[in-house]
Amino acid sequence: MDVYRAIADPTRRAILDELVDRSGQSLFELCSRLIMKHGINSSRQAITQHLDVLEAAGLIRTRREGRWKLHWFEGGPLKAIGERWPISTDERTTEK
Amino acid sequence: MRIHLAGVLVDDQEKALRFYTETLGFQVKHNIPLGRHSWITVVSEEAPEGTELVLEPDEHPAARPFKEALVKDGIPYTSFAVDDVEAEHERLTAKGVRFVQPPTDLGPVITAVFDDTCGNLIQIQQEKPQP
Repeated sequence: MDVYRAIADPTRRAILDELVDRSGQSLFELCSRLIMKHGINSSRQAITQHLDVLEAAGLIRTRREGRWKLHWFEGGPLKAIGERWPISTDERTTEK
Repeated sequence: MRIHLAGVLVDDQEKALRFYTETLGFQVKHNIPLGRHSWITVVSEEAPEGTELVLEPDEHPAARPFKEALVKDGIPYTSFAVDDVEAEHERLTAKGVRFVQPPTDLGPVITAVFDDTCGNLIQIQQEKPQP
């Protein structure tokens, strides 16, 4: 799964927004935030599938912490986008 | 018809009794030995005549896989109402309670989720005044 397809979906972007807000969330916390803050009432199974896509794209990582499983945001693949198409800091170039 | 009992399935009734009374601060309502186990219920000191919480053994073979699956996904087994989630988080953390979710503002409610040490996650919830 490439990073572009992973962030093409609005629910997956909302998941990343929430994981940036607080790293290390359980599936329950993430689902609570999605419904209460974004009005996204997808099933837990559907959110799990979105998380699998994000993990395959390297945008999140998961870890068992004690008996529960938590999810973290991973920005590396997005950094690669900026490096591939760098934003010019030279104003003369951007004005033309 | 009224709801007078709610329950949690615990891995050890004695340990659960200590956690739910000494750590959380509930009061023992019943503690009646029944063979290998006991009928143990606790109540809130804010509502001693209110709903009782049964600390029930999780001996049924289906109980533990069920509990473990809930805990893995961070899903609380039940939820208690509090006036101030932030203050409870501070009080319980100082007593060594482990939170899987710190106080989180979800709009109409603030919630947090902690480990009851008996195989369950428990949510505490504070309703915010509606404008």
